[in-house]
Amino acid sequence: MSIEVRNVRKTFGDFVALEDVSLEIATGELVALLGLSGSGKTTLLRIIAGLEIPDRGTIHFHGEDASGRSARERKVGFVFQHYALFRHMTVFENVAFGLRVQPRKLRRSEREIAARVHDLLKLVQVDFLASRCPSQLSGGQRQRVALARTLAVEPKVLLLDEPFGALDAKVRQELRRWLKRLHDELRITSVFVTHDQEEALELANRVVVMNAGRVEQIGTAEEVYHHPANAFVYNFLGNVNLFHGRVENGKVYLGDTAVEVQDTHERAHLNGNKALVYVRPHFLDIERTPPEGNHCFRATVRNINSAGPQVKVELTAQWGDLVQVEIDHERYQALGLAIGAEVFLRPREKKIFVYQI
Amino acid sequence: MLLKRRSILPGFSLTLGFTLLYLSLIVLVPLSTIFLKTASLSWGQFWLTITSPRVMAAYRLSFGASLASAMINSVFGLIVAWVLVRYQFPAKGIIDGLVDMPFALPTAVAGITLTALYASNGWIGHYLELMGIKVVFAPLGVVVALIFVGLPFVVRTVQPVLEDLDPDFEEAAATLGADRLQIILRIIAPAVIPALLTGFALSFARAIGEYGSVIFISGNMPMRTEIVPLLIMSKLEQFDYAGATAIAVVMLVASFLMLLTVNVLQRWSSRRLTA
Amino acid sequence: MASVIRLKFENFSWLIPGPANRRRPATGEPVLVRMILIGIALAFLGLFLVVPVVAVFAQALQKGVAAYFAAISEPEAWSAIRLTLLTVAIAVPLNLVFGVAAAWAIARFEFVGKNILITLIDLPFAVSPIISGMLFVLLLGAHSPLGAWLASHGIKIIFAVPGIVLATLFVTFPITARELIPIMVAVGSEEEEAAMVLGANGWHTFLRVTLPNVKWGTLYGAVLCNARAMGEFGAVSVVSGHIRGVTDTMPLYVEIIYNDYNFVAAFAVASLLTLLALVTLLLKHFLLSGSAIPLSSEKTSETVERIAA
Repeated sequence: MSIEVRNVRKTFGDFVALEDVSLEIATGELVALLGLSGSGKTTLLRIIAGLEIPDRGTIHFHGEDASGRSARERKVGFVFQHYALFRHMTVFENVAFGLRVQPRKLRRSEREIAARVHDLLKLVQVDFLASRCPSQLSGGQRQRVALARTLAVEPKVLLLDEPFGALDAKVRQELRRWLKRLHDELRITSVFVTHDQEEALELANRVVVMNAGRVEQIGTAEEVYHHPANAFVYNFLGNVNLFHGRVENGKVYLGDTAVEVQDTHERAHLNGNKALVYVRPHFLDIERTPPEGNHCFRATVRNINSAGPQVKVELTAQWGDLVQVEIDHERYQALGLAIGAEVFLRPREKKIFVYQI
Repeated sequence: MLLKRRSILPGFSLTLGFTLLYLSLIVLVPLSTIFLKTASLSWGQFWLTITSPRVMAAYRLSFGASLASAMINSVFGLIVAWVLVRYQFPAKGIIDGLVDMPFALPTAVAGITLTALYASNGWIGHYLELMGIKVVFAPLGVVVALIFVGLPFVVRTVQPVLEDLDPDFEEAAATLGADRLQIILRIIAPAVIPALLTGFALSFARAIGEYGSVIFISGNMPMRTEIVPLLIMSKLEQFDYAGATAIAVVMLVASFLMLLTVNVLQRWSSRRLTA
Repeated sequence: MASVIRLKFENFSWLIPGPANRRRPATGEPVLVRMILIGIALAFLGLFLVVPVVAVFAQALQKGVAAYFAAISEPEAWSAIRLTLLTVAIAVPLNLVFGVAAAWAIARFEFVGKNILITLIDLPFAVSPIISGMLFVLLLGAHSPLGAWLASHGIKIIFAVPGIVLATLFVTFPITARELIPIMVAVGSEEEEAAMVLGANGWHTFLRVTLPNVKWGTLYGAVLCNARAMGEFGAVSVVSGHIRGVTDTMPLYVEIIYNDYNFVAAFAVASLLTLLALVTLLLKHFLLSGSAIPLSSEKTSETVERIAA
């Protein structure tokens, strides 16, 4: 079932949680709402579920306006951050809950319910825990039971609020992969909220990057990482250097160096204006001698950290900004760098991003 | 050594010693005299005293009225606690504070005031008389007074439990398709019931021993509206110490049983809460 | 009632005013149901709490303000007031010391028999006040060996002021302890341990670190103990002997003049006690809502996260 969010706005007193958010999610997609605390991602998820009512805007499921329906009527599955497993019920009873509270006409017999519950518990690999209480389970096990419970009522949409936030790193990795496999198998339209960009980029078909109640960009992992729509997205995903430059005659200058701008987004009327230039650490080349053309700038080596898959070099650019560069070990050996060395840095043109301020 | 775990904090012997001394002087020694005194009665006399018609009538009244008042307090106390925790309305803070009034108000003041209110010419009694309901000098009056003294117990026991209920559970149940009634019965009730039972037991325990607020409104007619504490008082005034202690022993045993029940309920509810 | 202490051990939310910015569940009762429930609650509380309080003052002022003051300034009324004040002047400080000592022992140490101790402290609450008074009569009355010995030395306890003080002590001593124990547990012993490590001795630590942390709770405990001590009726009834002008406390005085059909005077003195109760409730609100008890940190941050995310 597809989901459409149209112009949703939500405030809590003076605080604007969501400004004017619109979004479309196709049937069977796995979408991540990615952002920091306060970005509005959880609020948006809860509005889709019917757990919050927006001040303005509508939610549509499969084209139909669902805004007037309560959480119960929308039949969405919601997995809570802290699982919300019912403490006084066993694992079995928890998963059976949704099936047992159905109106009499639709309700299955106890035997059918039991069969379905065990099927689900087997699917999430915790069948052997059926008669335990939630307090006796580990975090990862609880998460799986919470998922099984939600799947029991065959929701058309699955919403997950920071599903792996409360777990250890290793367990998180495992469950991530497992969730991806589960989604591939079941193909339910799913939306999950996370502040972990690695998780979003790894799992989701598409990522919605949110900031301060607004959607900054929607796209596949490749799109948002390699073609960020604006400075926020660029800065949020992955490491980045930030330089202060200025714009003259349609060119961006860092110190004395003119830098070619990778067009589209923030172009405009660049004259005498300041500019913020973003460059990823691994898109800067270090040279010992100035290369062809005036597309490099000087810098002095301040620190070298060679423990890791790449060598991280810290430098100070000639106009004072701090620069982080990542190069591979062979290049590092070839350059024979030492602290205090004067080198030339060349940004690989295609990978610069300019944001006009 | 009494201490289970060593601590760098000082004062264990001093504080424990003082506490025990105080307790002994004020509580233990006096308490033991009751059993000593009762021992002076033979079993036969003991049994005769406590099963005499007047005493039995008093027991029936005290326990019956306490039960009724505790049940009423449970129902309405639950509603009050729910309303105070979940809803917003003007002057809520003041009303919340008022719930503690029966703790702070002297029982004698409550006694004379309730009598004045429910007497045939009282603000409330006046209307009830028209409907043929007699409150003062009747068992109903005893129940009314006991409702007053026991009111805060249920409210204050249930309130913290309601406040601690995580909305997540109700929302989860709603997304799974449960309607409001199902949520209340299957999710909220199991959490609240232990506290409610505890509050009931506390309210009951308080009521059976109550004296000051009841003696004015009940009229103290033997065999009809005489409560056990009053009966004990009468016996004391007649210097029938043995009789008084005999009756008191039954009350004490009942009180201790209630204490035990409350303890058990507490342990049961805390097991559920910490699960 | 020991269990009430334990209930308070386990969650301290009764000390903390309700969460103000609590997320309202999207699942709730329909408005009509809410209105009805609020109506029932208000009607119940109005009938049993508000109306009686108003009635006390209405009855007291029935014959006018002049009669009110005349009733309070009767010499017998005054001696009742004096006796009540004397009783609390002795009982409250003693109970405070006990409360602090018991709270320290229970909150800071693990020892054998702790549960029994807690149950014992709760005992007077489970015992009818009449029986409480009776205990002292049995123990120290003229008919008991101890009482006879005291009488022969000219010491009168029962049917005299000391008896009243003792009975009051019995009935009210759990109050301070029950207020202080949860507070001491909630505050925790870290600061005191830090002080010890820095070289302070026991008394210093206690006076400079412990007491300041629990001052509001202690103050409220004293206030509540005071209100209960002044209002104690049943136990004092038994031990006092009702000797007018000598062994009548305020509540007993109220009973006596009420039984004499002197209603206005009875309500006048009763109104003083009611005022005291109202002041006690007010102080509870101010002393306890501002106390330095840490909020359950998980709850707060969770709530904030939900609203903000």
